[in-house]
Amino acid sequence: MRNINKFYYGNQVLKDVTITLDEGEILGLVGENGAGKSTLMNILFGMPVIHSTGGFGGEIVFKGERVNIDSPMKAMELGIGMVHQEFMLLPGFTVTENIKLNREITKPNFLSMVFGKRLELLDMEPMREEARKALDTIGMHSIDEMHLVAGLPVAHKQFVEIAREIDKRSLKLLVLDEPTAVLTESEAEILLNVVRLLSQKGISIIFISHRLHEVLEVAHKIVILRDGAVVGEGPKEKFTLFEIAEKMVGRKVENLELPPRKVPLDENKIIMSIKDLHVHMPGEEVKGFSIDIREGEILGIGGLAGQGKLGVANGIFGMYPATGKVTYMGKEYQLNSPLFALKNGIVYVSEDRRGVGLLLDESVEMNIVATAIQAFGMFTKRFLGFTIYDRKAIREHALRMIKELDIRCKGPAQPVRRLSGGNQQKVCLARAFTLNPKVLFVSEPTRGIDVGAKKLVLDYLVKLNREHGITIVLTSSELAELKSICDRIAIVCEGKLAAVLPPTASDVEFGLAMAGELEEVKAHG
Amino acid sequence: MQKRMSLKDILIANAVPITFFILTFLAVLVAKIPILFLLSEIVRRLSRNTFLVLALIIPVVAGLGLNFAIVLGAMAAQAALFFVVDWGITGLSGILLAIVISSVISIFLGWIAGKTLNRAKGREMITSMILGFFANGVYQLIFLFFVGSLIPFKKTDFLLPQGVGLRNTVDLFGIVDGALNDLLTLNIGFITIYIVPLIFVVGLCVFLTFLLKTKLGQDFKAVGQDMHIARTAGIDVDKTRIIAVILSTVFASIGQVIYLQDIGTINTYNSHEQIGLFSIAALLVGGASVKKANIWNAILGVILFHALFVVAPSAGNRLFGQPQIGEFFREFIAYAVIAFALAMHGWRSRKGK
Amino acid sequence: MVNFGSLREAIKRIDIPTLIIVFFLIGLFILAAATKVSVTTLLSDSIVRIGMNGVLVLAMLPTIRAGIGPNFGLPVGIIGGLLGGLIVMQYQVAGPIGFWIAVGISIVINFVLGWIYAWLLDKVRGQEMMVETYVGYSIVAFMSIMWLVLPFTNPEMIWAIGGKGLRYTLTLQNYFDKALNNFLRFQIGKNFSFPTGLVLFFAGSCYLVWLFFKTRPGLAIDLTGQNELYAISSGVNPKKARRNAVILSTVIAGVGILVYAQSYGFLQLYQAPLFMTFPAVASILIGGASIRRATITNVVLGTILFQTLLTVSLPVLSQVTRGDITEVLRLIVSNGMILYALTRTPKEAS
Repeated sequence: MRNINKFYYGNQVLKDVTITLDEGEILGLVGENGAGKSTLMNILFGMPVIHSTGGFGGEIVFKGERVNIDSPMKAMELGIGMVHQEFMLLPGFTVTENIKLNREITKPNFLSMVFGKRLELLDMEPMREEARKALDTIGMHSIDEMHLVAGLPVAHKQFVEIAREIDKRSLKLLVLDEPTAVLTESEAEILLNVVRLLSQKGISIIFISHRLHEVLEVAHKIVILRDGAVVGEGPKEKFTLFEIAEKMVGRKVENLELPPRKVPLDENKIIMSIKDLHVHMPGEEVKGFSIDIREGEILGIGGLAGQGKLGVANGIFGMYPATGKVTYMGKEYQLNSPLFALKNGIVYVSEDRRGVGLLLDESVEMNIVATAIQAFGMFTKRFLGFTIYDRKAIREHALRMIKELDIRCKGPAQPVRRLSGGNQQKVCLARAFTLNPKVLFVSEPTRGIDVGAKKLVLDYLVKLNREHGITIVLTSSELAELKSICDRIAIVCEGKLAAVLPPTASDVEFGLAMAGELEEVKAHG
Repeated sequence: MQKRMSLKDILIANAVPITFFILTFLAVLVAKIPILFLLSEIVRRLSRNTFLVLALIIPVVAGLGLNFAIVLGAMAAQAALFFVVDWGITGLSGILLAIVISSVISIFLGWIAGKTLNRAKGREMITSMILGFFANGVYQLIFLFFVGSLIPFKKTDFLLPQGVGLRNTVDLFGIVDGALNDLLTLNIGFITIYIVPLIFVVGLCVFLTFLLKTKLGQDFKAVGQDMHIARTAGIDVDKTRIIAVILSTVFASIGQVIYLQDIGTINTYNSHEQIGLFSIAALLVGGASVKKANIWNAILGVILFHALFVVAPSAGNRLFGQPQIGEFFREFIAYAVIAFALAMHGWRSRKGK
Repeated sequence: MVNFGSLREAIKRIDIPTLIIVFFLIGLFILAAATKVSVTTLLSDSIVRIGMNGVLVLAMLPTIRAGIGPNFGLPVGIIGGLLGGLIVMQYQVAGPIGFWIAVGISIVINFVLGWIYAWLLDKVRGQEMMVETYVGYSIVAFMSIMWLVLPFTNPEMIWAIGGKGLRYTLTLQNYFDKALNNFLRFQIGKNFSFPTGLVLFFAGSCYLVWLFFKTRPGLAIDLTGQNELYAISSGVNPKKARRNAVILSTVIAGVGILVYAQSYGFLQLYQAPLFMTFPAVASILIGGASIRRATITNVVLGTILFQTLLTVSLPVLSQVTRGDITEVLRLIVSNGMILYALTRTPKEAS
């Protein structure tokens, strides 16, 4: 693939990405969520979502020829196979039927000769045999090819997916997207062996994974994506684990001059104490996170994608089911209740701006005040015995917030959908501030917005902290951002707290902490 | 991982047919209808109604849920029969001609229905229901106002007094009434079995079994489980669904022809309306759900449902002194069975999330 | 000054079916004037029909805004309303006061019915429209049995022969027939009679509902329908919000059928409740609502268009063909409209 450019919603998601792959080579593709890996693979596989959002720039050269891959079928014809992150298996079918999906072996009969090939009868015997062969090739002798997929353990499903791809005789390039995400250590070992086996047979493989040590084990060459651009590539011998981790997250930081505090931080004044927090947020599971949040600080929460950092704030605020022991201002804190959180001054700005943070078809002003009206009854007046919302008060407040945050819009009545990403985020912050927070949890506040707006958002957070004494917990996958305004940075790995580092700690330390290796290195000196 | 289902699981999975069986059994006891009469009625309805119920199976397998739009097929059948009546073609040739004409119309109607349902993915059932009502409106427009005026109709005694619009009942006696039934009958004691319609039913059963073992059948099943996965595998989801609807509509139209030749009269403005409701209810009573249906559901369903149908008025009379209650009860049961199946479907889908 | 730019934008946003209906209507009026049908009578009749059907259409609003779609289970609320009317008749409460008592009773009954109904709908989240329809049918069929069995004794209500069971339609002549219509009614000329009470009631109901959606519980319903996650993050309990929407819809439906009945002059039992649902759904859609979004304007506009269409088409078209073409027209228009709304992609719908 050469010079791939891809735009999404006006944001450039992939910038001049070029990767090359030889026959039988295993390429490890690493990068944060949002770095562009999935998009790149969707382009390669001709997924419809690419074409319905404007296509892409650049070219794909396959076996020396330029190709135009505009559908999964086309990709399959060329010999490209993909094992997606979400299972593409039909639960009501057997293993064999899934392996042979839309490539079934059939026998002609009288009706099919009249009405067409689709009326040919399925020939189960040869299908079974071929499925069996595919399964055996990857060493999965224990999987019964006539078993329904619905009852299979997760690891087996993963291997069935791989069997399906290698059953395609013309397979030349196989993409594996997070294949070990659901596997145990030993199962992952088996999978890595399968990968090596396939590469020996001449099949090229693109291996995408967050488990960096696996990538280093099995890949021949490594490509690191960050913010849609290639920031590192080369044979695997060139990289160490922490070099990879560092490249994934490290960025040049301008040291911001942060205004001083009126009252210096006291590490004994704890506003919220979290012990053994477990949050069931699919993709960002928290498995026993503990930390003490100091009053008045800006605490950063960082870590690699899928390791759980986003789950912490979501769990505290009650958006996802959580358990654990949390105390707030000395008293017991009730989890799983957004209303409780709001009423106690805990406000949450979600990482999912469009999905959770905004009412896209409502006006700017309503977006700012709706939660305040609903949770606290602010901006209301009495009328004919009802308590209804007060248009005038809302308008006044909205105008004030628009001015304070410099929200670029045609007016408070404009639907929020029309605003740019940066301005939408400002609306979210305005909404948060309207709720008079004592502790503000913000997740990925600058994702997908332009540089100018980024600075404004971060400056505003600092202002809230310094001028209003609001404790801020900032969750972000951009380490530079965390380093620029946080007093301390907690790193989450495998759902637990891996380390708490000062912003001045080196990128190496951060990289290791994120990869879960910090203790090891420290232990080994 | 359990392979054997406990008794409790079996009871819950088949709650509807079991409950219905008990209900019908009780009703039969109460009604005190002679068993032979009941048996002969059931045999007759098996040959008369089963084809229509079988027509519902493919859309369920293909993930379109209960096809309330089989009404379109029924309307096509009636339109075809009206023409046969007008052209005065009687007997077996009349029936065969009707089947051919109605099938052609049904292919077209099924295609439209399929395209409409593709635009309403996720809302197929309510859309097919409303489509049925809409088509009914168009049907009435044609047969109440266009026939006799824009569309010439020779047999004017079938028209309304003003000369425009078909009469409320069109008698098939002497034209195609019993044309299939009378070809071959078998008498066992007091029970008369009409062989030819039964041959049609068996034929469709065989064809459906065959179809589901073909590539097309496999595609239906795949699309019915998950459209996204099927599409990624390269199956043309939209086209497959349209084929499913077309097949269903064509079978429904043939089924309606069989039904009407047995009944002997066409209620021009009513015969097709109830057909959707009762066929779907019967299929559900036989143990089918919104996502799963097979031939045995259809057969069992027709037996149980129509058994209740036959005895309900008498049971109502004996229990309450009003046969009308029995009739309302029949309707209530039909609607309630469907409401229950839909509720179960909604409940299960919600749990799955 | 008329801003043509925004006018053009406004017209672009109107649905095609709505535009078709508007043009059809204009055509009918022109035809009416040309064929000497009294336009003033048409207007007068239209206003009556608008007022009489409007509240039922209003009942669609809460459930759409809550994200459940139009309330296809309107018969549930209608039956509550009918029960209110029947009780008033049974105890022989004559005169307009009977109307208000019936409304009061129906509100109480529908609170309970609505609660149960909401519980059921919550269990089938995602399939509400289908379940509602068939629950509605089942209840109507069940109540048909009940109408035969319940112990009503007022001889005006039960069958003359046999003496058991309620009749299909019950006349309200001695009760609250035209209670609203006649309130402050005034006449202009020979053909135009304005049913002030009816129009005031419809307008008042709309106003109350509009006001409700400005309160916190109303806002909670809106938030739930627009973005459930946003609602949760604002402390809303979406289950409760949806329940409130369903109860509100059911209560309004009960009031709506009583308004309809007093204007029509009859209480219609047995199969009749089924025939009120689809026209109401179609009306709000014709007024510009979608399955997910609706405003009071949609209610008023839609009722005006649909009812005027039905009123005007009968006398005008019966000059060309038989009168029962209105029935067919009603079927085609109302179902066609609902079909259109169901087959729009989500992008088009907002």
